[in-house]
Amino acid sequence: MPITIALPGALQPYAGGRPEVTVDARCGTVGDVLGALAGRYAGVVDRVMDEQGRVRQHVNVFVDGDNIRFLDGLGTLVGQGSTVTIVPAVSGG
Amino acid sequence: MPADRSASPSEGDVVLLVGTMKGAFLFSSDGGRGEWRIDGPYFRGMAVYAMAMDQRGGRRRILAGSQSMHWGAVVQSSDDFGATWSAPDRQNVRFPEDSGLALTNVWQLRPGRADEPDTVYCGVEPAALFQSRDAGETWSPVDGLLNHEHRPRWQPGGGGLCLHTIVLDPANPERMGVAISTGGFYRTDDGGRSWRARNVGVRAEFLPDKHPEFGQCVHKVVNHPSRPERLFLQNHWGLYRSDDWGDSWVDIANGVPSDFGFAMEMHPNDPDTVYIVPIDSDQFRIVPDARLRVYRTRDAGASWQALEGGLPQQDAYECVLRDALATDGHATAGFYFGTRSGKLFGSADEGETWREISGALPPIVCVKAAVIGAGTANS
Repeated sequence: MPITIALPGALQPYAGGRPEVTVDARCGTVGDVLGALAGRYAGVVDRVMDEQGRVRQHVNVFVDGDNIRFLDGLGTLVGQGSTVTIVPAVSGG
Repeated sequence: MPADRSASPSEGDVVLLVGTMKGAFLFSSDGGRGEWRIDGPYFRGMAVYAMAMDQRGGRRRILAGSQSMHWGAVVQSSDDFGATWSAPDRQNVRFPEDSGLALTNVWQLRPGRADEPDTVYCGVEPAALFQSRDAGETWSPVDGLLNHEHRPRWQPGGGGLCLHTIVLDPANPERMGVAISTGGFYRTDDGGRSWRARNVGVRAEFLPDKHPEFGQCVHKVVNHPSRPERLFLQNHWGLYRSDDWGDSWVDIANGVPSDFGFAMEMHPNDPDTVYIVPIDSDQFRIVPDARLRVYRTRDAGASWQALEGGLPQQDAYECVLRDALATDGHATAGFYFGTRSGKLFGSADEGETWREISGALPPIVCVKAAVIGAGTANS
């Protein structure tokens, strides 16, 4: 089963308006998933990670509901049928 | 991307580009500058620290650096006064991977010289200079500054480690200067390949050595195109002038209530006339005596006079930041400034009298002004 990436509204314009996109199930980690996503929707990944490949400070990435900050970051494993959810952090003023 | 509202100013009208912590606004008026129309906000919720009007090469292009707390920063442009924006798909100002750096914010957008109409410069945080050769579509770093040997010793100021000021020599394409907080003033004489710290005479109150080669917290530098070698500098404590492109600086804080401040602007038609907004101290950061006063020198810093007509002179706990003071370049120069409390003031008579243009904007971090059709971009 492919891996699903759920996008917040702010990033959907950079994915052709899609709320979800899928990538190949052979991606083993979140880093692989974002790398595959960058090949199709680089504008999405630019906004999730900075140019050094770090997830931006106020962006959270979840794998099947778990925040990768508390797992292995971009090395967090994904499985067939996993859902990777990108969410803007609760921050601002 | 369509904006919420858009202006349609005509030749001779004056436009103000106002960047705030919550988006950008455009104000427009006829040459009388008595009534103003407000348009926007553009980039809702994003901080806009840098804007510029580029009227070279037949353009009417507004440039803006928009920073999302979540999604990063990009440079956007509009050729129709905000009706549509370029909304680049990719982050168009990017550090090279091998630099180890990542863009935090865009602090300055500066159209290049008149004879290089497609060149635009961009100052960013962390401190670096980028240039565009296609009028702001694509950007590349200026390697000579990116790889400067002083970089590891630059320290962030209160606003971050930012390159916030770019001054050009209009006659010499090889020469320009930049200011970094905190790094000081740097000048290139070879088109950006090499940069030398130029801070002799500028003090650094916050360091044990008050006169280091570099490390000063420069807040703003301005020069006039008719006399580009003469620079005026508002420091984090200190008000200075250089008559030799920064090789040496002299103190010109003659009669100001405080030599601390952020904003500084050149008169568009007189190389001896400069405007500042003194601030009480680096702790309080409020105008002295809670009186909102612009100060002007007409003799290159030998003396300064307060301009307070129409400005609140009681309980005005205001601060004007480094890029929030601008002139429009009109024959009778207009001046404008915005405060951290979101008030926008303007003067159509060179600062003699002021009126509030808008009183409840988000915190203002950037004000730029231009006369439509004037052909040049004003700082």
